[in-house]
Amino acid sequence: MAIAFKSTCFPQHKRFETQLFPCPSSSPRLVNISSKKSFTTMASLVTAQPTVGLSETFKILKQQNKVALIPYITAGDPDLSTTAEALKVLDSCGSDIIELGVPYSDPLADGPVIQAAATRALLQGTNYDAIINMLRDVVPQLSSPIALFTYYNPILKRGVEKFMSTIKDVGVHGLVVPDVPLEETEFLRKEALKYGIELVLLTTPTTPKDRMKAIVEASEGFVYLVSQVGVTGARADVGARVQELLGDIKEASGKPVAVGFGISKPEHVKQVAEWGADGVIVGSAIVKLLGEANSPEEGLKALEKFIKSLKSALL
Amino acid sequence: MCDMALTANTAATLTTKNSSSNLPKPYQPKTPLNFSFNNLPSKFLKFPPIRRSISCVMAPDIGSKSATEERDLGVLQRPDSFGRFGRFGGKYVPETLMYALSELETAFRNLSEDEDFQKELDGVLKDYVGRETPLYFAERLTEHYKLNNNGQGPEIYLKREDLNHTGAHKINNAVAQALLAKKLGKKRIIAETGAGQHGVATATVCARFGLQCIIYMGAQDMERQSLNVFRMRLLGAEVIPVHSGTATLKDATSEAIRDWVTNVETTHYILGSVAGPHPYPMMVRDFHAVIGKETRKQAMEKWGGKPDVLVACVGGGSNAMGLFHEFVEDKDVRLIGVEAAGFGIDSGKHAATLTKGEVGVLHGAMSYLLQDDDGQIIEPHSISAGLDYPGVGPEHSYLKDLGRAEYFSVTDEEALEAFKRLSRLEGIIPALGTSHALAILEKLCPTLPKGTKLVLNCSGRGDKDVQTAIKHLKM
Repeated sequence: MAIAFKSTCFPQHKRFETQLFPCPSSSPRLVNISSKKSFTTMASLVTAQPTVGLSETFKILKQQNKVALIPYITAGDPDLSTTAEALKVLDSCGSDIIELGVPYSDPLADGPVIQAAATRALLQGTNYDAIINMLRDVVPQLSSPIALFTYYNPILKRGVEKFMSTIKDVGVHGLVVPDVPLEETEFLRKEALKYGIELVLLTTPTTPKDRMKAIVEASEGFVYLVSQVGVTGARADVGARVQELLGDIKEASGKPVAVGFGISKPEHVKQVAEWGADGVIVGSAIVKLLGEANSPEEGLKALEKFIKSLKSALL
Repeated sequence: MCDMALTANTAATLTTKNSSSNLPKPYQPKTPLNFSFNNLPSKFLKFPPIRRSISCVMAPDIGSKSATEERDLGVLQRPDSFGRFGRFGGKYVPETLMYALSELETAFRNLSEDEDFQKELDGVLKDYVGRETPLYFAERLTEHYKLNNNGQGPEIYLKREDLNHTGAHKINNAVAQALLAKKLGKKRIIAETGAGQHGVATATVCARFGLQCIIYMGAQDMERQSLNVFRMRLLGAEVIPVHSGTATLKDATSEAIRDWVTNVETTHYILGSVAGPHPYPMMVRDFHAVIGKETRKQAMEKWGGKPDVLVACVGGGSNAMGLFHEFVEDKDVRLIGVEAAGFGIDSGKHAATLTKGEVGVLHGAMSYLLQDDDGQIIEPHSISAGLDYPGVGPEHSYLKDLGRAEYFSVTDEEALEAFKRLSRLEGIIPALGTSHALAILEKLCPTLPKGTKLVLNCSGRGDKDVQTAIKHLKM
């Protein structure tokens, strides 16, 4: 059913074009407030459809012999109302799960593109409450589950339990915290479990096999395989060891594996899918499209085109 | 409330400990004076690791330990097997680095027992760095405070780390980590630097050992410390300006960590403070512990006892930890750390992390941080580029929460006064960071009785800071 819904790209495209960006970038804080109204109205128009979680999504796709497309965008870049529209574009153009980055002042695992996006978002005044409010309005309109990608300190600042209950409340399904490795996840995992949030753990080319097994064991939703030794950002080629690493993980567990970091082109997506990945994550390449566009409208158009090209590589 | 309960318990421990340890000369180093890492957590491993224990939870534990355990514990395990100092520390880094961190820890532990390595390090510290550094009686500075306080006040000694090669304590750690990198077979070295002292120290040891050297430095700091930038380049290092964020030490550190994530297989990261993910806070502390060890020995030679008060400035906190570590378990020695209050502690423009910060995670460790309501890191300010850091070493956070060390802060202006004072009274131009430690003497000395032996870590020389001072001091 989910698939049927998604087969029409941009079901509400026309309305977006007329309603979008009531007051572009001149006063970003106001945009959030004014656009909030339009989110609410639209929410009531969309057919309610229960969105399933990350692992459930993979299960359904597996039955259909499909590979999940998981795009990443940074919340608040260029502004939150564009992020809201971008989520809808991603959702209706073939995304299976959407990773939403929470901008942070010191994003250690991110390369220049996502760093710059986070800086822009923070300069715009994007904050946690505004992101949560945006999600509260937009998530009910999406059929793909959302996984938040956030560094640990903003979670700690809220309080881990309160954070989990809030994101659960607005309909987020998954969580990726790139600066919390296995040893430090105990507390996070406990709270995530309590609130039904799937805490995705990452494994990398430098992770020894035994450690990888423990990570795979503890990971919820899916296993995030980092394809490269390095930070996020587009690369010319997919990491040479991805195929081998995928094999190792598959041998250790039946959990779905999604590959990310450096995946930036349809050819990469195709390659990784052929190697047996259950999902592909594309981040910086998308963030760059939105960040470098002359206007949010242009950015969203470019986004639509790009997502379709990635999707077709998976068909 | 929890803190109070804990303090009470710690005090109880203190009494019992002193009464028993006064007999077998407490000032005698438990370890031989040659450089070694005998305070590694391995000796504590018999205790179950305490994970995420907050101080409230620890309090009853202290009370229930047996007497022998109390002595060993001191202020509990530092760090435990997870790299934690109580609830602080840990390894909050991308998974890519986890293997390198455990490899580093293993190498560090092995080399701490490797006599050849220790011998080589001792030799370099002696002949190249110029250790040991003097414990100098600052006669006129002492007189200055006595005159103002009716003859009361402490005898002030300066631990002259400014006399080390490259002019600061930073080289103790840099030289040891460079040797360690060689043992790991890593020929590419990266480091972050704020004031430039750690960058210069790293560039120096890389030149000495023939290693490729890349230094990340905030673009704003490069401007403030152009002399050190030139020194690093002269020494053959590549200095990469960091423009992201606010272009200071925190951003340089983030960039260095990103480089390490990318090049971890060929590169060693010489982190310059007792901050960052485990094992760095422990390792950097142990490489600087030579400061405190020498102090204990020199104090014994000079007055046949221990110091009563230790004073050091705290940015990340490496020079303070280096001095304090040897004495943490000597509960009768007061440990005083001095942070940078910048334009004033309530101005919002300061670097007083322990005084004003809140617990969070930055650059791989849980510690006190300067952050806003959203958990975003706030840019600190200090006239001293070396203290201009929004975090602090996790062990300092731990010592603060335990009440074992005291932390104060002084403003830019007070530091500048102290900068001038030491120059004029002792003919020693201190680093602006060090000047913060010196500035607290104004408030501290009147409270100390005659005969108190105070040792202040003169962590760096101020020649590199004169450019900054010129803008503020009228002469």
